[in-house]
Amino acid sequence: MRDLKVTYPGGAAAVRGVDLTLAAGEKLGIAGESGCGKSTLALALLRLLPPGARVGGEILLDGEDVLTMKWGRVRAVRWAGASIVFQGAMHSLNAVHRVGDQIAEPILLHRRATPAGARRRAGELLEQVGLPAARASAYPHELSGGQRQRVMIAMALACDPRLIVADEPTTALDVMIQAQILRLIEGLVGEQDVGLIMISHDLAVLADTCDRLAVMYAGRVVEEGPARQVYDDARHPYGRALSEAFPTIGDPASRFAPRGLPGDPPDPAAVPSGCAFHPRCPVALDLCATRDQPLRDAGTRRRAACVHVGPDATVPPDGAGATAGSGTPEGDTAPVANGAAEGGKRAEGGKPKPAGGAADGDDEVADGRSGGGGRGAGGVASAEDDGVRSSAP
Amino acid sequence: MSSTVPDGAPGVAPDSAPPLLSVRGLHVTFPGRRGAAAARAVDGVDLDIRRGEIVALVGESGCGKTTLARSLLGLVRPTGGRVTFDGAPLGYSARALKAYRRRAQLVLQDPSGSLNPRHTVYDIVAEGLRIHGHAGDERTAVAEALSRAGLRPPERFFLRYPHELSGGQRQRVVIAGALVLQPELLVADEPVASLDASVRGEILALLLRLRTELGLSALVVTHDLGLAWNIADRVAVMYLGRIVETGAVEQVLTAPRHPYTQALLSVLPEAPGAPVVLTGEPPDPAYIPGGCRFHVRCPVLASGEAGRAGVADACRNGELEILRGGDESQVACHWARAERPAAERAG
Amino acid sequence: MSTETTETTESTSGPPAKSGAPGPRALARRRRRASVARFWKEYRKHRAGVVGLATLVLFVLVALTAPLTVGSDVDSVTDAPGQPLESPSGRFPLGTDQFGRSLLGLLIWGSRVSLLVGLLAAVLSVLIGALIGITAGHFRGWYATVMMRITDWFLVMPTLVLAIVLATVLSRSLGTIVLAIGVTTWPTTARLVRAQTLAVESRPYIERAKALGGGHWHIMSRHVLPNVMPLILAQTTLIISSAILAEATLAFLGLGDPAVVSWGGLLQDAREAGSVSSGDWWYLVPPGIGIAVVALAFTLCGRAVEAVLNPRLGVSR
Repeated sequence: MRDLKVTYPGGAAAVRGVDLTLAAGEKLGIAGESGCGKSTLALALLRLLPPGARVGGEILLDGEDVLTMKWGRVRAVRWAGASIVFQGAMHSLNAVHRVGDQIAEPILLHRRATPAGARRRAGELLEQVGLPAARASAYPHELSGGQRQRVMIAMALACDPRLIVADEPTTALDVMIQAQILRLIEGLVGEQDVGLIMISHDLAVLADTCDRLAVMYAGRVVEEGPARQVYDDARHPYGRALSEAFPTIGDPASRFAPRGLPGDPPDPAAVPSGCAFHPRCPVALDLCATRDQPLRDAGTRRRAACVHVGPDATVPPDGAGATAGSGTPEGDTAPVANGAAEGGKRAEGGKPKPAGGAADGDDEVADGRSGGGGRGAGGVASAEDDGVRSSAP
Repeated sequence: MSSTVPDGAPGVAPDSAPPLLSVRGLHVTFPGRRGAAAARAVDGVDLDIRRGEIVALVGESGCGKTTLARSLLGLVRPTGGRVTFDGAPLGYSARALKAYRRRAQLVLQDPSGSLNPRHTVYDIVAEGLRIHGHAGDERTAVAEALSRAGLRPPERFFLRYPHELSGGQRQRVVIAGALVLQPELLVADEPVASLDASVRGEILALLLRLRTELGLSALVVTHDLGLAWNIADRVAVMYLGRIVETGAVEQVLTAPRHPYTQALLSVLPEAPGAPVVLTGEPPDPAYIPGGCRFHVRCPVLASGEAGRAGVADACRNGELEILRGGDESQVACHWARAERPAAERAG
Repeated sequence: MSTETTETTESTSGPPAKSGAPGPRALARRRRRASVARFWKEYRKHRAGVVGLATLVLFVLVALTAPLTVGSDVDSVTDAPGQPLESPSGRFPLGTDQFGRSLLGLLIWGSRVSLLVGLLAAVLSVLIGALIGITAGHFRGWYATVMMRITDWFLVMPTLVLAIVLATVLSRSLGTIVLAIGVTTWPTTARLVRAQTLAVESRPYIERAKALGGGHWHIMSRHVLPNVMPLILAQTTLIISSAILAEATLAFLGLGDPAVVSWGGLLQDAREAGSVSSGDWWYLVPPGIGIAVVALAFTLCGRAVEAVLNPRLGVSR
């Protein structure tokens, strides 16, 4: 994808210039929350956006630009070149058709087999995804959530695509089923040397499954690099916040210290000026409100769009991840101006000031928030106290 | 931060105080349709929640945790067992339930669905006050509840509609609506599951703050073990209608003893060791296996370890008793007990 | 509900402000004003609806000012100003009827009855239908089964036949017409409202209301009704048009109040006077057009109201 831009009718700029590459057989994870444009990206790939959406840039699939293809070629590419496992398998399956027929549908549409052949292939695909071939005669409502998701994956594989896009494939599923599905996807993609783009809001899941990871915020990629590295040591403050949002169990620092960001993900119709993340950023500088940040080098094959990253950056302060509760309580009323005006985070001359982070909660701590800042600092001690206290009979 | 209480859980009452909510032998059975077997959603649960304590109830879908939570609030009538609140058993007459509702409140999963789209924020929060007949200034109470929930200044939100708010703000409105009645217990069913990851932390911090400021107890139903690690004092793991392991979060989540808990923890992305991915689907509460109800999917039994420990037969046929509701560590597993009988006796 | 005497009163009416800020009543008023303004802004975008509304306003004005413009003696047979069945002329723009009364005057005078009966009958019908629909949807169980079977019974009954029977059995008056139409057209509303009630009650905020301690009345009035209201409003406007047509039909069949002038009655008189065969179009056509135009105007309004109110049931704009 080169400089992809998507604007919906009504002015919402869902994607504002995204560059991504994926090699054959590689697995790329795209992380982000609601409104960041990740699902739009997936739909744009196969030109599935609603009419009226303006698309700019290029999407090269095997060298061919999807956006300028003729209609007939687009239809041929859909499913045979790249396929999508949609979010919410509940609603992506037609309730009145048997699942076997639905899996066979793309095969027949692309005229790859006779009806009998298509049925046989559907049975094979079901076996590949871990369901007995006999289930092809079941209706979607007869299957559980995990089984429906497997059917969706089987459908995506039906025409032997070169690329599979999985949009939140495990979001509505239990932890165990999620593990099963992820394992399945990994296995299939490895066997058949298919490229995979996985979209999710759970950074940990992506770090486990993918080779590379891109974090999106407000329609842009704000960080990109090898998955493990981006997860363990994110350079962009938003990437850091995302990876801290789901704590590691056993880590005393996150015990009684849930971490999040004040405010909400921005509405694509009203993106903040300058760096889109600045209203919520714990290490924002004055210039972040006016100057948008391009992606800069942040190591080997890593990029991050932050003023603190790059060869000429100031070193970000410690504990820059915002401990929840040390963000301002006004954060929720946040029109952009309010968040930007929030005093404590700004200083003159571009020097950053930690937003009452883990280390010294004093100035930011007000009534009722002693929990957040203080616990972060005293994390280890409190965990031990707890342990001692609760095992005493 | 206040003085004498240790940092970890400043609100929790000392062990000697009677629990705020106490459940004994709870059973909730749903009749099957058209002759199908009855579903034993909750099949014998003892649980205690003390004042100022946050208990996490974890399990997969179908394990009965949602039904259990709702029966604690009187929204579902139990078919057996007893729920005791503040020393008095729960009455199920309309009047008794209404009085109970002032003291125990509910926060649901989907904030968009929990709010009537045609009511303003003010009406939504004031609803509880109007139902129970609030003697006092309604406006002040609503403003106070909204600011406690983190929406400041509250007046700006009075006339807004839910669709004008973000997900996190909606969940705060739901919480404010529950707080306005000044309850002592909050039951939260997946409070952050539908929210964005970056907003999750704020809502969880809010729950912790409420515990500190108001001494609010909470039962948080979730499938997310990380959430339990973040805010809960104790955790109870449910499987097929029974609690299979319970204890302090530090113990259960770092040194789990039940094979089910171990499997759940092992599949988390950051977990050490190899993931134990259980095969098959979560089972149907209409067909509960005999013996240990987990034995059909149990990796310990399947791998022969249970046999080596000499409990394989017990796993298949030996019933396990209901775990006690208190806060000591307990596990309902033949193998775990055989492996570490000393620890079991002490806990 | 206990009340304190000093500065606070009951919970629903706030005291005039502590700090100059409005109390709950003022807030509610403000909110209502804002939502009415919003509704009107949306409504204006539907051309057809605006046309329909303008037409209705015109007719209503005509009907309301009828006592001033034509006076009640326009239907007096004895003082008829013109010759019977005169064709349209300068003096009588729409000619005269068989008794020599000005047809234009009769048309204007008759609009009162037609509109009034249509409105009343529709309101009655929707009231019954909504009540049954909401309670059947909320309470379920045997009550709902019984009510829905009764609804089905009325649904399959030919409306007109039942209306005729009622109008025949009871005295011939406007009230009878209103009653006859009202009790035969409610089933459609009942079924729609019940379906919507079932849908609304499956949403989480109903469970929340129960968890807050709300009883049946609270849930039905504060939660179900506001969400069902758009449907009811849209149904009302649609039913008004069919009620007007039904009234015209009944009057045409001779079941209306003979002392009262209505458009349907005019049509019946026209038929009896032989206008069809003698080509006295001015007798037949204007009332017919009047009925059709009013019914159409209500339908257009109803459609526009539905279109405006429905999207708001969704979560995000």
